[in-house]
Amino acid sequence: MNVQVKTARLALLGAPNCGKTSLFNALTGGRAKVANYPGVTVEYRKGMMSLESNSDCELLDLPGVYGNCGHSMDERVAIDAIRGNIEGETAPDGIVFVLDAANVTTQLHNVLLAKNYGLPIMLVLNMMDMAARDGIEIDMAVLEAALGIPVVSCVAVRSSGRAFLLDHLDRWLPQLADGTAETPSAEAGNLKELQKKAREISSIAVVRAQQGQTASDAIDRWVLHPIIGPIILALILFFMFQAVYSWSGPFMDAIEYVFGKASAGVAAVVPDGWLQSLLTDGAIAGVGAVLVFIPQIVILFAFILLLEASGYMARAAFLVDSLMAKVGLNGRAFIPLLSSFACAIPGIMAARSIESERDRLTTILIAPLMTCSARWPVYFLIIGAFIPNQKVGLFNLQGLVAFGLILTGILFALIAAFVLKRTLVKGGQSSLLLELPSYKAPVFKDYLRGLWDRAMIFVSRAGRIILPASIIVWFLASYPTKEHGLEGTFAGMMGKVLEPIFVPIGFTLEMIVALVPAMAAREVAVSTLGTIYALDPEISSEALASIVVNKWSVATGLAFLAWFVFAPQCLSTLAIMRKETNSWKWPIFAFTYLFILAYLAAGITYHIALASGL
Amino acid sequence: MTLRDLQKGCTARVTGFHYDDDELETRLREIGFAEGDEVELMHVGLFGQNPITVKLNGALIAMRKNEAGVVIIENPIT
Repeated sequence: MNVQVKTARLALLGAPNCGKTSLFNALTGGRAKVANYPGVTVEYRKGMMSLESNSDCELLDLPGVYGNCGHSMDERVAIDAIRGNIEGETAPDGIVFVLDAANVTTQLHNVLLAKNYGLPIMLVLNMMDMAARDGIEIDMAVLEAALGIPVVSCVAVRSSGRAFLLDHLDRWLPQLADGTAETPSAEAGNLKELQKKAREISSIAVVRAQQGQTASDAIDRWVLHPIIGPIILALILFFMFQAVYSWSGPFMDAIEYVFGKASAGVAAVVPDGWLQSLLTDGAIAGVGAVLVFIPQIVILFAFILLLEASGYMARAAFLVDSLMAKVGLNGRAFIPLLSSFACAIPGIMAARSIESERDRLTTILIAPLMTCSARWPVYFLIIGAFIPNQKVGLFNLQGLVAFGLILTGILFALIAAFVLKRTLVKGGQSSLLLELPSYKAPVFKDYLRGLWDRAMIFVSRAGRIILPASIIVWFLASYPTKEHGLEGTFAGMMGKVLEPIFVPIGFTLEMIVALVPAMAAREVAVSTLGTIYALDPEISSEALASIVVNKWSVATGLAFLAWFVFAPQCLSTLAIMRKETNSWKWPIFAFTYLFILAYLAAGITYHIALASGL
Repeated sequence: MTLRDLQKGCTARVTGFHYDDDELETRLREIGFAEGDEVELMHVGLFGQNPITVKLNGALIAMRKNEAGVVIIENPIT
């Protein structure tokens, strides 16, 4: 009899940091349907897994959960997915509960709780190698008997360590698919009683060698030291921003060279006229002006992902907690805020891990003040143009200025949080309660995949948003006539309307024209300038930075820079704010307060610079 | 006494929770605190010795003092 068996769906459930995501990547080859933002699994990911028995299986990777209450939005997403309460998704056929083997005693009650979901469940003891290193021995047979569910050991990051699990899944999946898999009996009792039962089980199944300090403890003596710890954190962040500047130069030169050659190549083939102008001045100049920043983006993410994967990020949250507490924020807000340095969108979504609704809202409102990677191109351009590339002591001056701008953003974020928590979003119990995972070396494959994904998101934005925007800008900046420079074009006419607002803060017509499409994505400000100036017949194919130096006063350049520290967020950020707060009120509020801040900052910078004779 | 009174480097046994904050008690239990567990105070923050980290059955947990104040302990051992 040949029956078409339906594809089984399995959910990976477990506490944060139990190695779920590495296991997911290892089982699915990392081919997931939903983009995974670094560090925090904000949505859940789905991937297909193929096994020897040819039974395909869909695997869900859910956010980390303690217990079954769902204190944060993140936890509620995971629990709703298991219960089948998510629209358009049915409940999974079975649960693979992932438990960090080193943490069995502390976390076993969560396995008992999970038995109550009424689904077949398998327990995977992950990172068995690390547990053994810490002197922990687990009697699998005893554990299996006491829990009444299959228990499998696993080292997700090694293929030999997964063999056992794959073998079990191979036998389990067909049973899940045809509904013959056993559903465990429910566990009666409240949390306290389940904990007691869990402790009794672990006292017979787990042997913990009495031991001195682990490697993580030794590192933490310094990293979590009340004085040395914050210094180490500051040095790491400082080094990170320095590296972004000092390591990227040669790569950027290479990319510029390629785009220069491409432009010249097109100009040689395509006859003079509108098509040549569209291709070279519009498409290549616009996209090239943004793609040249790939090296910086990749270096930035190389650091962020390393901090995440090594287990340092949670420690950073601990170290900055007292500072966050002073402005009334949750220590956990650090992780979404750090993600916002890459992009405010994953940052705003990652705020779901914050339990207090008011803290979550405050974090969302200040996230755009973290310098997202889309603003980096603007910083790079203006800093490259106006700040000399020289050493100040050990440091690169451009790197120092960038660091200063980033700190300014952070400072104002803290001030904004302070004010918000005392006015619009008063109250809410702030808390930290966070497990600090033991340090681990990142899995090289997962690390590279994460880095690749981030670079590709940036590149695909260049294709989807910046290329069309550049072509529109090219059109608006070329027609009806460019005989009288920018002022004769549609773009110039639009800029003229806005000019009275921006002239007091020193902006030129070109800058004003660049601000409008920058609402689509902030780096478009750079590509727009690239396009506008490439269309100016007086300017040859100089690099954009040297054009800007000649065309703008220092005061104007600095005002533009100050504007972008606060620059009201892009449309996608406003859209995600609307989605996450379920109202237009907050995105409109955020846009307004950031616009006012940006305007004041640019104006003050401009007039101070003018007064000091710049 | 409660976990917030524990000195750095000292170990004590959890005997219960203050029940005036149900949600916090649940969260503390879910992350792994239970009656009978040994807790050791590992690190303290710079300002007001807040936040703190405690070692609990091999796991390292970071928390604020107001959270630690819910965990009742006895018999601190240096």
